[in-house]
Amino acid sequence: MTSKDEKWLEKKISRREMLKITGASAAGVAVLASGMGGVAKAIGFDIFEDDTTATNKISFYGKHQSGIMTDAPSHVYFASLNVLVQSQQELQELFEMWTPLAVRLMNGEQFEELSKGGFTPPKDTGESKGLDASNLTLTFGVGPSLFDNKKLGLGSKRPAELKALPHFPKDQIDEKYAGGDICIQACADDPQVAFHAVRNLVRAASGKVSLKWTQTGFTSTPKHKNKKETPRNLFAFKDGTVNPSPQSASDMKEVVWVQPNESKSWMSNGTYLVVRKIQMHLETWDRTSLQGQEATFGRHRDSGAPLGSKKEFDEVDLNAKDEKGNPHIPADSHMALARKVKDRIMRRGFSYSSGLIDETGAYDAGLLFISFQKHPKQFINIQSALGRADMLNEYITHRGSGVFACFPGIQKGSYIGEQLFNIL
Amino acid sequence: MKKIATFVSFVLLSTSLVGCSEKEEATTTQAITETVDLQKEVDTYKEFAIDQMDQFVIETEKFVEAVKAGNIEEAKAIYPLARMYFERSEPIAESFGDLDPRIDARLADLEEEGKGKEDWSGYHKIEYGLWVENTTEGYAETADQLLADAKELRARVETVEVTPDLMMTGAVDLLNEVSTSKITGEEEIYSHTDLYDFKANIEGAEEIFHILESKIKAKDETLATNLQAKFDAVNELLVKYETGDNGFVSYEELTSEDTKLLSDAVNQLGEPLSQMGIIME
Repeated sequence: MTSKDEKWLEKKISRREMLKITGASAAGVAVLASGMGGVAKAIGFDIFEDDTTATNKISFYGKHQSGIMTDAPSHVYFASLNVLVQSQQELQELFEMWTPLAVRLMNGEQFEELSKGGFTPPKDTGESKGLDASNLTLTFGVGPSLFDNKKLGLGSKRPAELKALPHFPKDQIDEKYAGGDICIQACADDPQVAFHAVRNLVRAASGKVSLKWTQTGFTSTPKHKNKKETPRNLFAFKDGTVNPSPQSASDMKEVVWVQPNESKSWMSNGTYLVVRKIQMHLETWDRTSLQGQEATFGRHRDSGAPLGSKKEFDEVDLNAKDEKGNPHIPADSHMALARKVKDRIMRRGFSYSSGLIDETGAYDAGLLFISFQKHPKQFINIQSALGRADMLNEYITHRGSGVFACFPGIQKGSYIGEQLFNIL
Repeated sequence: MKKIATFVSFVLLSTSLVGCSEKEEATTTQAITETVDLQKEVDTYKEFAIDQMDQFVIETEKFVEAVKAGNIEEAKAIYPLARMYFERSEPIAESFGDLDPRIDARLADLEEEGKGKEDWSGYHKIEYGLWVENTTEGYAETADQLLADAKELRARVETVEVTPDLMMTGAVDLLNEVSTSKITGEEEIYSHTDLYDFKANIEGAEEIFHILESKIKAKDETLATNLQAKFDAVNELLVKYETGDNGFVSYEELTSEDTKLLSDAVNQLGEPLSQMGIIME
């Protein structure tokens, strides 16, 4: 043992870790004997820390999970998983096992161990080697089906509001892109970093989870005089103009973060993630006149201003009329309908492009809509208001859907989702 | 046991992490200085492979006779069963770059190489005759050649240098075969007897695991337990498609949900299977 190892040994070990180590001494000995390294190193508690010196690094630990109010990144790899574990303990162990991996992934580290003879595959799949942390965020959530799983015994912990989204008019949800027991939203400035993160988390959980569906997404934030502007979707319209401000604590409290007593206590400081895979019919859209396009959204395409106004953030007046007495903003435009309800949500939309639709040869492209809200009804109310009337319906089809309860943030020494298992 | 398993992975991850934080240079693959004695295991596997090849020749002979006698139904019945001996020992058969395609090439494989039907031989060519053309006529020459190739394969197996690496890589390759061509139904596109090959590939991998099992146990008991559980899981799924009389349903009867379940089970087996190499370290 080196002196450094001994120093680690002297470090304070939490009771939890101690139990784990003593309970598994036999395995510890086996590990030592096989030359895998000292157990002492393993209990060095500082090893799970955020590396504050890493480049383009977002903190893993905190009051809330990353990837929710973090600045919109350029890329997402969204994964919905089903669990294969058979007991609550195994599920808990899965999240415990993921925690140090997630920290390290967000540090931009590789976790490859020394390979003695090259007889086993590398631990880290390696494609992010040489790339920095790339502002990777990892957001974990659990879906309604996890609580339906009797073997896991989580029924009593289920928040009443956590249930599959209702069917909305014109929905064409394909089971292939619906639901899931667990979601991982990996966002990064680099698509390879985001993909690598999910790939390695899933691989490390081989036999414990299986992928249900995944979707990549991208978005680009234009800058004007160094100031970030609202990104555009594939219809070229600005997406996210009315988002609450992540900088505003009151906005976030009101719209995004579950407050104590608002849900099951384990959800305090958590949030709900709604995901929708929305195919956008680019071909028909591109045949629509500019006036038709703008009437569909209720906004001017280039400026993003409400119809009849000049600037993106101008006050929306649904009653404003032109000289002929017609409303500037058509009542069945996407914006007018969305404005009918008071509910607000935090949108983090991404575009996607996944090749072609086999049957038609049309683009399989659209919007990977992700929103965060403290209660799914915020999204449900807005989506219901859009209803059948929304002019945008002609150009889009909702293909995928999911709702997930995202855990509160993780404290050092704890693990992802600990509240779910340990708070009554 | 579960708790311990988790702990071990925790230790491995953490240990490597410490390596990183100390900015240690990662050691790349080193030459092995100590040799692990696996001669007994290697011999056992070679015996197994030779036995499979013996059976393969016997069954192929029956198949060829049926084809030449114009006995279509009998040939169809023998076809998937005879092939299983080949599929079980594929890590060995594969080591002969010329014989393997002569016996087992699919038309699609040849077309990829810019070749065509005229260059086609072996089992799948006769499969085409039996299931698509519903005839054995014109296939006598192909049948004779197949038997000659099978016999040559059997003779040459004696010369293969079986190594532990060949066994362990072979086991993973068998699984990869399943994942990439059996799951998709591309192996037996005319007869749809893919599940026979599927089962045989799994059996071939499981045989290797069992031969190495005590060595694996000595290094990592959890890995051995996990592997057996994952083999069992795949086999349990396959049982659902058995028809009695050692047969399986047509692959066309499987829904995409069925194949997804099979594929998941195979992948979950593949991950721990790729860890068998620890016995060399």
